[in-house]
Amino acid sequence: MIEEKFDAIVVGAGMAGNAATLTLAQRGLKVLQLERGEYSGSKNVQGAILYADMLEKLIPDFREDAPLERHLVEQRFWMMDDRAHVGLHYRSEDFNEERPNRYTIIRAQFDKWFSSKVREAGAVVLCETTVTELARDAYGRVIGVRTDRHDGEVHADVVVLAEGVNGLLGTKAELRARPKPDNVALAVKEMHFLPRETIEARFNLKGDEGTVIEAAGTISRGMTGMGFIYANKECVSLGIGCLVADFQRTGETPYGLLERFKRHPSVAPLIEGSEVKEYSAHLIPEGGYNAIPQLYGEGWVVVGDAAQLNNAIHREGSNLAMTSGRIAAEAIFQVKSRKDPMTKENLSLYKKMLDDSFVIKDLKKYKDMPQLMHIQSQNFFLTYPQLVSKAMQNFVRVDGTPKTEKEKTTLRSFVKARSWTGLFGDAYRFARAWR
Amino acid sequence: MHIVVCIKQVPDSAQIRVHPVTNTIMRQGVPTIINPYDLFALEAALELRDKFGGEVTVLTMGPPSAEDSLRKALTFGADRAVLLTDRFFAGADTLATSYALATAIRKIGETYGAPDIILTGKQTIDGDTAQVGPGIAKRLGLLQLTYVARISTLDLAGRTIEAERRSEGGVQMLRTKLPCLISMLEATNEIRRGAMVDALRAARATIVKWSAQDAGVEDISKCGLRGSPTIVKKVFAPPPRAEKAVMIDCGSRPPAEALIEDIFRRQPKLEAELVALARGF
Amino acid sequence: MSEAAKTPAPAGRSATKKELPDHFKGYKHVWVFIEQERGQVHPVSWELLGAGRQLADKLKVDLAAVVIGPEGEATRQAAAEAFCYGADLTYVVADNLLADYRNESYTKALTDVVNTYKPEILLLGATTLGRDLAGSVATTLLTGLTADCTALDVDADGSLAATRPTFGGSLMCTIYTLNYRPQMATVRPRVMQMPERVQRDTGRIVTHPLGLVEDDIVTKVLSFLPDRESANSNLAFSDVVVAGGLGLGSPENFQLVRQLASVLGAEYGCSRPLVQKGWVTSDRQIGQTGKTIRPKLYIAAGISGAIQHRVGVEGADLIVAINTDKNAPIFEFAHVGIITDAIRLLPALTEAFRARLSPHSRDRIAS
Repeated sequence: MIEEKFDAIVVGAGMAGNAATLTLAQRGLKVLQLERGEYSGSKNVQGAILYADMLEKLIPDFREDAPLERHLVEQRFWMMDDRAHVGLHYRSEDFNEERPNRYTIIRAQFDKWFSSKVREAGAVVLCETTVTELARDAYGRVIGVRTDRHDGEVHADVVVLAEGVNGLLGTKAELRARPKPDNVALAVKEMHFLPRETIEARFNLKGDEGTVIEAAGTISRGMTGMGFIYANKECVSLGIGCLVADFQRTGETPYGLLERFKRHPSVAPLIEGSEVKEYSAHLIPEGGYNAIPQLYGEGWVVVGDAAQLNNAIHREGSNLAMTSGRIAAEAIFQVKSRKDPMTKENLSLYKKMLDDSFVIKDLKKYKDMPQLMHIQSQNFFLTYPQLVSKAMQNFVRVDGTPKTEKEKTTLRSFVKARSWTGLFGDAYRFARAWR
Repeated sequence: MHIVVCIKQVPDSAQIRVHPVTNTIMRQGVPTIINPYDLFALEAALELRDKFGGEVTVLTMGPPSAEDSLRKALTFGADRAVLLTDRFFAGADTLATSYALATAIRKIGETYGAPDIILTGKQTIDGDTAQVGPGIAKRLGLLQLTYVARISTLDLAGRTIEAERRSEGGVQMLRTKLPCLISMLEATNEIRRGAMVDALRAARATIVKWSAQDAGVEDISKCGLRGSPTIVKKVFAPPPRAEKAVMIDCGSRPPAEALIEDIFRRQPKLEAELVALARGF
Repeated sequence: MSEAAKTPAPAGRSATKKELPDHFKGYKHVWVFIEQERGQVHPVSWELLGAGRQLADKLKVDLAAVVIGPEGEATRQAAAEAFCYGADLTYVVADNLLADYRNESYTKALTDVVNTYKPEILLLGATTLGRDLAGSVATTLLTGLTADCTALDVDADGSLAATRPTFGGSLMCTIYTLNYRPQMATVRPRVMQMPERVQRDTGRIVTHPLGLVEDDIVTKVLSFLPDRESANSNLAFSDVVVAGGLGLGSPENFQLVRQLASVLGAEYGCSRPLVQKGWVTSDRQIGQTGKTIRPKLYIAAGISGAIQHRVGVEGADLIVAINTDKNAPIFEFAHVGIITDAIRLLPALTEAFRARLSPHSRDRIAS
């Protein structure tokens, strides 16, 4: 054990870990951050979208030197069947503002920058150091961590677990259960390199404008999942993911899905002629509110993906991670300022502050969605997309059939597939879960 | 005792790709690493320090980002790190590099105490020339031992060192005087994992940064592109191998026999040599 | 070249144009350093005479060999042989202080001859001796040195164009030493073709004194342990190597590799993962951070062939790959491949080789 003691130890240097460490350091606490990867970001995989609002609360002038790809001016939602997609696009000149709201980023580069800010703020950041277990005192209170370095036990008043969705530290210490296969998605992603001009032409962008496509439908073969396509400066990120439980059940592979996604007639032209530079895979928490574990205890708190704080419906994870990290740090700071010990009771402040924030409020709102999506996955990801696609084609094709007849055909196809009870039931359930 | 280890931050060549049109190295996103060969030199230095006491200073010439590699070297347990960085060094070939490094080593000697041994790796994975070590030795008037597999004895008082040097067909046992330069052979040791105290110290350490002027460079024209007698005039992707592997069919005849036939057909002399070997000649 | 992949300097800078200073204009002829140790000439020297001959013919100059070694028969023989491989003349520095290779004495010998007789091109083999020597000589002469060249040519203006791979072979560079002399290059063994040996009489020999006494040389050779007698592995220099990778499945199966090696009188090695798993000691690792091998025959069993392994074995004359995965990268650079389970093939190969090579011999235990 080393002699030096810290106010806080943060395990993990992803979005949540960096946010927590930065905030703690900014508040003047002596904090040690431990990351098992070679550098901050080496183990992180994300689409990725950066939410400026949340980052501004940590680094107000991040736009000066953060590595940002494109600022988003357009969002597209695609409901896909095998040969078509029905899209809802929103594009606005309003997003070409002085302080844009969302950006695409490349995590490896962004995290490195973020980590440099963390170091600048005075935190001690150690990479290539794996925390092997939590150190506890005779009463079972967490008093620090043990690492895989020689003489590597370090003590602190509180440990912030920002270890990611598959974080073994917390599960090993029995602070929470291992995420269940139907609460976690496995997503794979590729980065496709294309010349700037090509990206701008294909996605109808100029300058640093960016667009994001979120897709669902038959691309996930009836499983609960989603695909995405993001435009970066000189590359396109695209990927697809489904619940692990679904992969286990169907025997499909993530890369199989990705290959089919890339070949889809709506997707293929966007990446034509590209050079694939990177493959990666990652687990994403999908359980929502009902899967959130115990967030705090004697001498510890958990933040980010490790706490299952991911809004799967809106694909918002990194902002929840950043916010939970920041809020946990603020709570810790408050306890410390009062010169109080980091007991479970005192650390409950973190949960209170989190409950008051959009993080828990949003997750609560959508708490029934994951379940609904999973149970009704065939409907939402196969049946409806196919129905809607046929309906749209029917609507759009001009072939001499009277319009009334067309509408009747469409309605009949919906009723045949789902029956009136089914249709109303789906609508009702969806509306309830959305609320 | 003071040992100086020269390291280099290089792109991870396993991930290097060549742009098919411009024939330039696509460095974007390729992570940088400490030249793997240098780690054997660093470990050898740390082992000597642990045994005989003293300090290990790590030196590199590179862009500002080379600080990452120096910090890593400190994490392994080195005592001090010096970054030689200046735009004048850009484009240096091995002659210009050895000039800059030799100058810096002299300055390190003046500032922190004369080094007894300079340790380098055998070669870099991006240059592969193995020339900088001998170049430094020549410029500093040091004796040099390259391809050292093991440092067997060090007599600080008597100022001698004995080492095993890999030569063609065997191992030379050499003795020479300190100060000297040694380039270590690969796979001769395994770099230790830094202890927590070393890692913490490294995370907080200030890396000493020297410009050409700070290092005492007297003749800037000997540095960088200007000081490089060699010049790269053409860069191209290697032609793809004409033939891929010829596959032996496992169908008709027993594959082992078929394979042996093929091997000896391609290398007729080999059979005779192997027969002779088998007879123990 | 330390930054071999820098972009070519823009035209118009004096560094890229040939503006040979006057004092170098008198440098002429192509020289090849003949490497001899303990009475044996390293074959790379003859290969370089072959390459040197082509350069000399293009430049319409002489090809000279430089022999440095102890007084006596071996050195005389080496000098005589040089003519049989195409040399027009041979420089000889013979002194018993040169009996064992030492950097100081050999560097002085070679730089003295160069400074006296002024060649425009000097080639050395990229062996341990050659690389040790070339770096010191180039720095002493303050001239350019291009290492591990795979191709040598001369341009219309007479400049040496030396091509070499960088970044593990991902990129090729052609490098020039335009305005310094001599233009130096090293070449690895078995890269250039061995020229035809033609019996010729010994031609013109120019001797040059060493000009040192033993006390001038600080480094002393205490002893020499030849590989055959040593207990350590001779992996890097063995002519035949058998290696195993993760495809073998378990540490016990690595015995199959050792058995085949034993029958072939070969050295055995492994890919990095096996060392990381603790199945094999690290001195057996072949690859970028292990040993680089250039055997005549390399048999890789159950090795996928990632680039870190590839750079360690690419120089082998004949690479045979055994793997169950037809998409394994090793098949892209192996010469012969066979898609089967190494665990089954290795014992069959061992027996088949044993039967073929010497049905009655007992195995040599590879050290």
